[in-house]
Amino acid sequence: MQTVDLRGVACPTNFVKAKLALEMADAGDILRFFLDAGEPVANVSASLQGEGHRLLAREERQGYFVLTVEKVGG
Amino acid sequence: MGFSEEEIERYSRHIILKEVGGKGQARLRAGKVLIIGAGGLGSPAALYLAAAGVGRIGIADADVVELSNLQRQVIHHTADLGRPKVDSARDKMRAINPGVEVVTHPCWVCAENIAGIVAGYDFVIDGTDGFAAKYLINDACVLAGIPFSHAGILHFVGQTMTVLPGRSPCFRCVFPVPPAAGAIPSCAEAGVIGVLPGVMGAIQATEAVKFLLGVGELLAGRLLIYDAEALEFHSTPLAKNPACPVCGESPTITELRDEAGARTVCEREG
Repeated sequence: MQTVDLRGVACPTNFVKAKLALEMADAGDILRFFLDAGEPVANVSASLQGEGHRLLAREERQGYFVLTVEKVGG
Repeated sequence: MGFSEEEIERYSRHIILKEVGGKGQARLRAGKVLIIGAGGLGSPAALYLAAAGVGRIGIADADVVELSNLQRQVIHHTADLGRPKVDSARDKMRAINPGVEVVTHPCWVCAENIAGIVAGYDFVIDGTDGFAAKYLINDACVLAGIPFSHAGILHFVGQTMTVLPGRSPCFRCVFPVPPAAGAIPSCAEAGVIGVLPGVMGAIQATEAVKFLLGVGELLAGRLLIYDAEALEFHSTPLAKNPACPVCGESPTITELRDEAGARTVCEREG
């Protein structure tokens, strides 16, 4: 499973990088994204779902969040 | 797709768009657009195509920057007076975006050279100010099968259409022959409001970007008229003309020639 560490990456670059990683993946692939708490995880989570991808899990760790996302579509 | 950190940041506002994404931005980077004319229309087109990251942008113009240009040709600065327009344009495009390749063509387009100039480009923007050039560009692009954007400006009015050769009406479908000498006042006599080519040239760049991305509806089969005084846009449907001399069923124009009857709108001194 591919992991993309977006901690410390400002909005909206974090979303852009998450979007690019998903573009490169195949439909059905699962990716993990590390995101800072607050607006980063909230915005990226909502925006990736807005792109049609499936949010499988959202876990809080020490000072950051892990989003597990399944790519939907081509 | 292989974008650098800098490119991801630079094009982030494009990549975010559903219609663009990394794939679309890669298409822009692979795209080649030629702008004929580095004047009122060419200025905004060149600036925006460079900003958009179109990978190769050609710019053709034999003229040097003159003081009266600066009222509307926003790619040129006072410090550029006397410089070749293509050099002035290239410098600003690369200052905006060093990642684009700019190819300068410091010449007038004519029947002898235009086929060679347009060859290899995906899309052409007609930013010229004379009927002879407009007919020549139309014919060259139709014969070469290269989509292009036509535009013209005068006073407070601009017009533009996009030609997909063989599929949509070309300039001659709508205007088969040039206007008689004296029918249209030359810009030198009639003037043009400086802000007008800013709008029209940006529309032409919009069509080029949309064409490269493969999104949206192009101005193919439509003539868009912009009346800056009334601030109104009018769209007129156009049909391919089966009797069109260059793209019709029995074309009479099968090779390029300089339009003898067309009066050059802008008479240059010297």
